[in-house]
Amino acid sequence: MPIDVGRRPSVDHESVRLRLEETWHQPPGLWGWLTSVDHKSIGKRYIVTAMVFFLLGGLEAGVIRAQLARPENTLLGPDAYNQFFTMHGMTMMFLFAVPVVTALGLYLVPLMIGARNLAFPRLNAYGYWVYLAGGLFLYISFFLNTGPDTGWFSYVPLAGPEFSPGKRVDVYAQSITFTEIAALVAAVELIVTIFKNRAPGMTLNRMPLFVWAMLVQAFMVLFAMPWIATVTQLLAMDRLVATHFFNPAEGGDALLWQHLFWFFGHPEVYIILTPALGFVSMIVTTFTRRPVYGYPAMVLSLLSIGFLSFGLWVHHMFATGLPQLGQSFFTAASMMIAIPSGIQIFCWIATIWSGRPRFSVPFLFVLGFVVLFVIGGVTGVMVASVSFDQQVHDTYFVVAHFHYVLVGGAVFPLLGAFYYWFPKVTGRMLDERLGDWNFWLLFIGANLTFFPMHQLGLEGMPRRVYTYLQGTGWGDLNLLATIGAVLIVLGMVLFLVNVVMSLRRGALAGDDPWGADTLEWATTSPPPPYNFAYIPVVEGRAPLWEQSGELPAVAGLRTDVRDVLLTTMLDAEPDSVHRHPVPTIWPLLAAIATTILFVTLIFTPWGAVIGAPLLLLSLLGWGWPQGREHHEEVMVEQQG
Amino acid sequence: MRLALAGSFVQQPHSVLNPASPQARLVDRLWDAMYVTSIVVFILVVAALLWAAFRHRDSLEQADDPAQRRPLRTVVILATGLTAIILFVFLIFDLSVGRAITTNPGNDALQIRVTGHQWWWEVQYRDSLPKDWVTTANEIHIPVGRPVVFELRSADVIHSFWPPSLSPKRDQIPGNPNSLWFRADSAGVYRGQCAEFCGYQHAKMAFLIVAEPPGEFATWLAGQRDTAATPTDASARRGKAVFLASSCVMCHAISGTPAGSRIGPDLTHLASRRTIAAGTLPNTRGNLAGWILDAQAIKPGVKMPPNRLSSADLHALLVYLETLK
Amino acid sequence: MPLRYPKRISGGCHPERSEGGETIRARPLFGSFATLRMTSLRLWMLGLALFACKREHRDFYGLPSSAAVTKPPVREVELVPGGVAPADSGPGPYEENAYAVSQGKTLYNQYNCSGCHFQGGGGIGPPLMDADWIYGSRPENIFETITEGRPNGMPAFGGKIVTDQVWQIVAYVRSMSGLLRKDVAPGRDDAMQVRPQEQSTPKARRVQSAVPKSAELP
Repeated sequence: MPIDVGRRPSVDHESVRLRLEETWHQPPGLWGWLTSVDHKSIGKRYIVTAMVFFLLGGLEAGVIRAQLARPENTLLGPDAYNQFFTMHGMTMMFLFAVPVVTALGLYLVPLMIGARNLAFPRLNAYGYWVYLAGGLFLYISFFLNTGPDTGWFSYVPLAGPEFSPGKRVDVYAQSITFTEIAALVAAVELIVTIFKNRAPGMTLNRMPLFVWAMLVQAFMVLFAMPWIATVTQLLAMDRLVATHFFNPAEGGDALLWQHLFWFFGHPEVYIILTPALGFVSMIVTTFTRRPVYGYPAMVLSLLSIGFLSFGLWVHHMFATGLPQLGQSFFTAASMMIAIPSGIQIFCWIATIWSGRPRFSVPFLFVLGFVVLFVIGGVTGVMVASVSFDQQVHDTYFVVAHFHYVLVGGAVFPLLGAFYYWFPKVTGRMLDERLGDWNFWLLFIGANLTFFPMHQLGLEGMPRRVYTYLQGTGWGDLNLLATIGAVLIVLGMVLFLVNVVMSLRRGALAGDDPWGADTLEWATTSPPPPYNFAYIPVVEGRAPLWEQSGELPAVAGLRTDVRDVLLTTMLDAEPDSVHRHPVPTIWPLLAAIATTILFVTLIFTPWGAVIGAPLLLLSLLGWGWPQGREHHEEVMVEQQG
Repeated sequence: MRLALAGSFVQQPHSVLNPASPQARLVDRLWDAMYVTSIVVFILVVAALLWAAFRHRDSLEQADDPAQRRPLRTVVILATGLTAIILFVFLIFDLSVGRAITTNPGNDALQIRVTGHQWWWEVQYRDSLPKDWVTTANEIHIPVGRPVVFELRSADVIHSFWPPSLSPKRDQIPGNPNSLWFRADSAGVYRGQCAEFCGYQHAKMAFLIVAEPPGEFATWLAGQRDTAATPTDASARRGKAVFLASSCVMCHAISGTPAGSRIGPDLTHLASRRTIAAGTLPNTRGNLAGWILDAQAIKPGVKMPPNRLSSADLHALLVYLETLK
Repeated sequence: MPLRYPKRISGGCHPERSEGGETIRARPLFGSFATLRMTSLRLWMLGLALFACKREHRDFYGLPSSAAVTKPPVREVELVPGGVAPADSGPGPYEENAYAVSQGKTLYNQYNCSGCHFQGGGGIGPPLMDADWIYGSRPENIFETITEGRPNGMPAFGGKIVTDQVWQIVAYVRSMSGLLRKDVAPGRDDAMQVRPQEQSTPKARRVQSAVPKSAELP
C-alpha cells in the first residue's frame, strides 16, 4: 500500500478520528488500566508515582532537617537517622529524579516527534510495573524497620555482611536492581523511538532540543546503569553467598566498590541534569518566542556533557589516597565539563536577550534555575580541585553543592516543565498566581536551606551525622537551613494545592496555550490515544511557527489496525510500516514474576527456582505469536 | 584562631578557614582565589541574564534584528573562551597546590600510626624498640614545626582522618594503608573529626591534635612511655581491683597491670587526656562515671556496654582512673 | 536455681519494657516517630512485622539490673552434662535478631573464644559447629557454660562479660551449628575464610562420637 507524504487526504476527518479512536483506545475500567500500552497513560502514572516518591523523599528530608535544627537533638536516634538519610538519598535518586525525567520523556517524546506511540509499548508497561514494584519493595521494607541504613552509596565494608547484618542492605541492593531495569528499559525504548519513529522530514538536525537531551540521556543510562546493577549484585553475592569481591583479606578490594559505584554514580547526576537542560531549552524557546540561539552548539554541548560525564567519577574518591597525578586528570575532566554547561547557559541568555520574554511561571522557574545552577556550577568547579576537595569532601559543603545542582539544576526546570506541559497533559492550565508564590517560596527556601551549608562545610561539619555537639557553633546555620526547609515544604504544598485545584477548575487550555513551536502542541490537549489523526510532515525545526495553517501530513496509514510509520535514522525518510501490539496483561505478569524472583532471592536461593520459571512463563506468554505481527516496506509517493 | 572558651572543649579550631599548617594554608589560599573568582562569575552571569530578560520587557518592538546577531555570537564565544581560561588557571593552581602538599616530608618526620575503630581513634607512636611504643587514643600530641607523617589504617570500616585546620582529609580504608603528612606552625589544640560515614556514631567520632613546642612534646612522650602508676591509697587500690575483676578488663589495656586487651582505647594514661568517648565529653569525673554506667545513653550503638557498679565500687574505680596520669 | 536471663523480645516490635529482672530494655531511639510508625505497622502489617522486626531491631545494650552485682562471679555447678537447664525454654533472647547475633560473632572473636574453640572447629576446647554438646545445646546451657565455666579449662566469664553480651555470644554459638534461622545468622567476615558462613550452615546432625579427649569429665 502506498504511503503518501505531504498531502492531507480529502476524506471525512471525523470518521478517520473515530476509526483511530476505535483502534487505539485503552479498554475501559481497571482491566484497561492494567493492560494499557499507551505511552501517555503509562507516562502519566509514571510521573504521578515519581512525584509521590518525591513528596516522601521530601518528608524524609524534612525530618532530617528537624533533627539537625539544634545540636544534640533527640528526635531521631542514629539507627532511625541512618535509615532516614539513606531513604532520602535513594528515593530522590532512584525513585524520583531519574524516573520522573524519564517519564516525562516517555510521555513527551512521541508527541514531539509526531509518533503514535513508543517503539516498544509493552516493554514500556513492563518498565513502569517493575519500577513501581521496586519502590513499593523499598518502602514496605522501610516501614518494617528494614530500610537500608548505609547511605545511597553504601560503601563496603560498612554495607558488607560483617558490619550490616540482617536484610537491610540486601533490600538496598535489590531495590536498585528494580529501578535500574526500569531505567534501562526506558532508555532502549527512547533510543529506538527517537531513531525510528520520527515524523517524516524530522531529520536529526531538526529534532527539538528536549528530544536530543533525552537521546543523550538514554545513551548515558545505557552505559551507566549496568554498572550499578552489576555492582549491587556483587554486593548481594558477598552478603548472601560469601563471595569475596570486596573482602581485602581474600583478595577483594573495598575500593573496587567505590570505583564501580561512582562510574555509575557520576553519570547518574548528568542523567538527571540532561533532560532538565532539555526542559529549559524548550521553555526558553517558547517564552522568548525565539528559536534557541546556537542550535548546533547546544546539541554538541549536550553530547559532550554526556561523553565527559563518564570521565569524572574519581572526583568522588579524591580522599581515598589515589596517586596525585592520576587524580589531576579527573580534575581536568571535571573542570572541562563546565565548558559545555557554560555554553548552554550562554546560549540561553543570548536567546533571551534577542527575544521578548513573557514572565509566565515556567519562565520564572528557568530564571531561578540559571541562578541556582550557576552557584552549583561554580562550587562544582571548586570541588573538582583535588586539594580543595580533600578539605571539603564529605562535608556539608558538598551537600550544599549537589543540592544546588540537583534542586536548582533539575527540580526547578522540572517544576517549570510541569507548569509548561500540564495543560497538554490535562487540558487545563495551572494557576499563575499560585505559581508565582510557589516559585518564590521554593527559590527563597532553597537558598535559605542550602546556602548556609557551604559555610557549615568549611567550618568542618561532616555529612551524614545524626547530630553535632553543642560547642561546635554549627547550631545557628543549621537552624537557618531548617527554616528554609519549612519554606520549601510550604512551596510544595502550594504546588499540590495548585495541581488539585487546577485539575478541577483550571482554565481550559486549548491545543496550544503558549504559542509554542513543537509538534506536541499541534494535537489536542489532552492528546487522543492515537496522538495525531495524521502523522505530520516536518519541514523545519519549529514546525508550528514555520508552517502556517494545517501541517502537511502522511496519508495512507491504515486506521483499522495499529500501524505506525517507521522512518530512516538520519533523514527521517519513510521506511516501513510496523504494526503495534494491542493492550495486554503480560507485561504486568512479567513484572510480578520479576518481583517474586528478586524479593525471594534475598531470603533463599530457592527464590531462583521459584521465580525464574515464573518469569520465563510470563515472557513466553508475552512473546507468544498472535498472528498479528506485521512489518512491511513502504512505497512512498512524495508530493511536491 | 578562634578563642577557645573556658571549658568549652569542642570549640577548638576546626575550620578550613582557620589554617594552622602550610598544607591547610595553601588550600585556604586556593579557596580564596576560587571564591573571589566565583563571585565575579556569578555576578556577571546573573547580571547578563537579568539584563537580557528585562531589556525588552516593556517594549513591543520586534527584537529580532539580524544586525545584532553577529555581536551576540562574539559575546557567546568570548564568554566560552573566558570560561575555559579561568578553568585552566584553576587547574594549574590546583596542580601546584597539590604538588606542594604531597612533597616528601623529609627524614626527620615523626611517624604516628592512627587506626580508625568504630567509633574512636587508636594512636600509636612507634619506635625502634617495641617497649618504647606509646599507644593512646583520641588525642594526638605533635611537636610544632616538625613534619608529622600519619600512617592511616582502619580496624573495621572506612573512616576518614580530618583535622580541617591542619590538613586535608585522607580515608582510612581496610586493606589499603594510606598516609598523610603536615607540619603544625603554631602551638594549640585543634579538633578533627571522622569524615567518612562509618555507622551509628560517625557523628561522635572526633579527636584532638595537641601541637606543642618540641620540648613539651618530648616530656609528654616520655611520660606516656611509663607504665601506669601503682595506686597508693586504699580507694585507688580497690578501684584497680574493680577494674580487673569487672568487664572493663575485657576490652581495655592498662600497661603494668594484667589488663592488656586492645578492643577499646588504651587507658594507661587516661587521666592525662582532655576528652573521653572520642572527643565527645570533657574528661571530668562526672562524665566518666556517666560513661561507665551507661555509655549507650551518650553514644547509642557504641561498643561499650553499660556497667552497673555499686556506688562504692564506682567511686573507687573513678579514683583509680584519675590516678592514670 | 538463680539463673537469670533476659526475657525474649516479645512479639511485635517492642522488646519488653520492665524495670525488674535482667530484661533487654528498649531504648527510646526512635522517639515518637517510631512509635507512630510501629503503631500503624501493627495495624496493617502484623504478620510481616513479626517476621522482619525481630530480625532487624537494633538492640543497643540496655542497663543491667542490680541483680548482676549481687550475683557472685563464680558459682559452683553440678558436674552433670546438660543438667541444670529448665525443661524447654525455647530460643534465647537474641536468636531472632540479626544485629545481636552479629555482635555475638564480633565478641566471640574479640573475647578470644576463638583462642580455644577456633572458628567452631575446636582444638583446645571442644568444637562448636557440630551437634555434640557436652553440657547441652539449649541457650541456657550455653549461657551457663560461659558464665560459670566448665571443668577442664573453660573459664567462668560471669561478671566479666555483661549479660547482654553473653546472650549475644550464646546466639552466635548456636548459629555455628545451624540452629538459627538463615535470615538471622551472620554472613561472612571481612577476613580470611576459615569456615562456611553461618547463614548457609545446615543444621548439624548428631553423629555418634565419643566426647573429645579435651573435654572429658574429670
